Amino acid sequence: MIPEIGQFSLILAFCFAIVQGVFPLIGVWKNHGPLMNLAVPAARAQFLFIAIAFVCLDYSFYANDFSVLYVASNSNSHMPLAYRLAALWGGHEGSMLLWVSMLAVWTIAVTLFVKDLPETFRIRLISVMGLVSIGFLAFVIFTSNPFERLIPAALDGRDLNPLLQDPGMVFHPPVLYMGYVGFSVAFAFAIAALLDGRLDITWARWTRPWTTVAWVFLTLGIAFGSKWAYYELGWGGWWFWDAVENASFMPWLVGTALIHSLAVTEKRDAFKVWTVLLSICAFSLSLLGTFLVRSGVLTSVHAFATDPGRGLFILIYLVVVIGGALLLFAFKAPSVGLGEKFDVVSRESMLLSNNVVLLAAAGSVLLGTMYPLLMDALGAGKISVGPPYFNAVFVAIMAPGLFLMGLGPLAKWKKASLPEIGTRLRVAAIISVVSALLVPFMMGKLTLMTAIGVFLGIWVVSTSLILLINRIKLRQSASTNLLENMQGIPPAFYGMLLAHCGIGVFILGVTLVKGYEFEQDLRMEVNDVATVGALSFKFEGAQEIQGPNYTSSQGTFKVSNAGKEITLLHPEKRFYPVQGSMMTEADIHAGVFKDLYVSLGEPLENGAWSVRIYVKPFVQWIWAGAILMALGGILALTDKRYRIANKRAAKQAQAAQEAFEA
Amino acid sequence: MKARHKRFGLIAVGLILLVIAAVLITNSFRSNLVFFFTPTQVEQGEAPKSGSFRIGGLVESGSLKRLSDGLHVQFKVTDTAKTMLVEYKGILPDLFKEGKGVVAEGKLSASGLFEASQVLAKHDENYMPPEAAAAIEAAKAAKAKEGVK
Repeated sequence: MIPEIGQFSLILAFCFAIVQGVFPLIGVWKNHGPLMNLAVPAARAQFLFIAIAFVCLDYSFYANDFSVLYVASNSNSHMPLAYRLAALWGGHEGSMLLWVSMLAVWTIAVTLFVKDLPETFRIRLISVMGLVSIGFLAFVIFTSNPFERLIPAALDGRDLNPLLQDPGMVFHPPVLYMGYVGFSVAFAFAIAALLDGRLDITWARWTRPWTTVAWVFLTLGIAFGSKWAYYELGWGGWWFWDAVENASFMPWLVGTALIHSLAVTEKRDAFKVWTVLLSICAFSLSLLGTFLVRSGVLTSVHAFATDPGRGLFILIYLVVVIGGALLLFAFKAPSVGLGEKFDVVSRESMLLSNNVVLLAAAGSVLLGTMYPLLMDALGAGKISVGPPYFNAVFVAIMAPGLFLMGLGPLAKWKKASLPEIGTRLRVAAIISVVSALLVPFMMGKLTLMTAIGVFLGIWVVSTSLILLINRIKLRQSASTNLLENMQGIPPAFYGMLLAHCGIGVFILGVTLVKGYEFEQDLRMEVNDVATVGALSFKFEGAQEIQGPNYTSSQGTFKVSNAGKEITLLHPEKRFYPVQGSMMTEADIHAGVFKDLYVSLGEPLENGAWSVRIYVKPFVQWIWAGAILMALGGILALTDKRYRIANKRAAKQAQAAQEAFEA
Repeated sequence: MKARHKRFGLIAVGLILLVIAAVLITNSFRSNLVFFFTPTQVEQGEAPKSGSFRIGGLVESGSLKRLSDGLHVQFKVTDTAKTMLVEYKGILPDLFKEGKGVVAEGKLSASGLFEASQVLAKHDENYMPPEAAAAIEAAKAAKAKEGVK
């Protein structure tokens, strides 16, 4: 009964999505009040029914209802409850339901928080969200129904892929999807603004917080995924340039560009057409990512067994959404004014180069990701593009951009002076160069790449600090109280500093782990000792243990530094009988300066094992950097300006209305 | 310098940078393309003699051998028509199994041994890497053709 209620709710949600997406737009066009007023209630009804469907499916997982095909294929009665509930997004059908649910959450948030926007704009905005939802609900209902029954019911489920039975499974997919789908709001804002002919400062100010929230989620989602791959896959990598990773990284790059270009539009009324185009691009790349991951064209842990009909459906949807949006853009964009002029050296041109760099990076990733797929589709043979391509090109493109990151925030709007910026940044330059030589020297080996990496990382952080000092000095003419001055600076500024420092920390982490990591595969007998510098890893044997739905060989390693014991590591090799698969569970001693990482390979004769030992300096900085970026985004969101702007706009709209009526 | 000259200069610099970037990207792209070959194609000498490429197929049952150092392994990859011997040093992925699909990246040695630098296996029970599936399909199609002749 419960699954049928779920399915019925999905169909109702689909109907409400049509109401939400179509009628209010007609209403605005014909200036028909009652039709326009349908938007908000329809959106809320849609949310309600999607929520019911979501709860119904998760209830089926909770109750181990193996008469539902999807539950039977992705769960098992021996699985811990948290994983059973998270198994909802462990396969294709459920993860599409998650997509739709996230879209519903964003839509309901939009209906709650944009009350103050002018009416036609608000109605169009909600309607566009409805249009996006129609396509995805149709996809779920017609090609990927998660509520399909299995008759007769299975005695027990086929279990979730053991790779996915991990706490990461509970967080990574929802957070990542929240970010992915969040760009639909920026997209809807752009489309509504094009329809409304309202591409101005207020539009940018309304869009900014939404874009930032989506970006924060996407940043965290990607970071969680990377961390998960690091400890779960057992070979210590944190980024593989896998097509699925790229699929989430491209919207992030374009979303980052969008955040910066929105800043220019808000402050200077410039870059308007460009900003709209970026909003469309960011969401299009989110959709492309969904297509790549869900159509089965890729070999990856994320690609579920699929049928070609689904891929075709998403492809058509992709063409309709992106094509439609670009068509509208082509018609409406020429009527948008150019905005204010700016000099070659100015904040605007700095931000423009930021955008060019980020888009070039996204473009090179797109090339490397799509080219093999295109070649395969054209029957020109199977090709793959190796990580060296991505590493080389990405670093080469980003390095100049990161250098400019230090200059940009110090440049004045409209016209800046390079010598002046140079004087201000002299100290930062000295600190960065000295660290670039000193840090690699302390780590034991100086190479060009590590020197450049450390330089850029320190440069980004130190220029941010100098920017802060400058800003405080500027205020000192008004007051001499340091604390008061610091409080007087808007949170958005601190947010930017924190996010930029996060980039710096991230670069340092990447540089140092790439430059100084140590890895070794070796055969170890009981009581064998492997040494890495002053560290020694003693293998004390492996024993059998029993888990809830697996059996495991658990090894014990005593790790000592110069004879002093640091920690015991217990890597495992698990066997999941339901799927008949083996799983490596590495054990990691994480630290600020280095991670010690041990994983078991295979059992050899006489209790010996093949063992993998890694020492990864500063690897945690990679994720710490991502978390700083996200925190910076959150801090920027607390800026009062956005709330005040909404109220002011509402007042103006109301005044205009009254003047019109009078 | 007039504003117009300045703008021309800027555009010229921008274009030059763009060209340099495009050249670098395409160069790096070309040198990092990894092509895929089936064991039959390798047998026929279509694969590069030097340089990396990928092969795919099924791990032949009973072919997995561990060399005496405990770290080097050898196994045979087949597309059901032809077989080739692969050697790999290191720890095989969890989902590597005899009789199941596999993709390996590496080089051919002078003796015709495929020295793999990376071994990729499928990610769950019912899933076959598309490359491995394609290799077997191709071999089957070739066999069917010969049957007709």
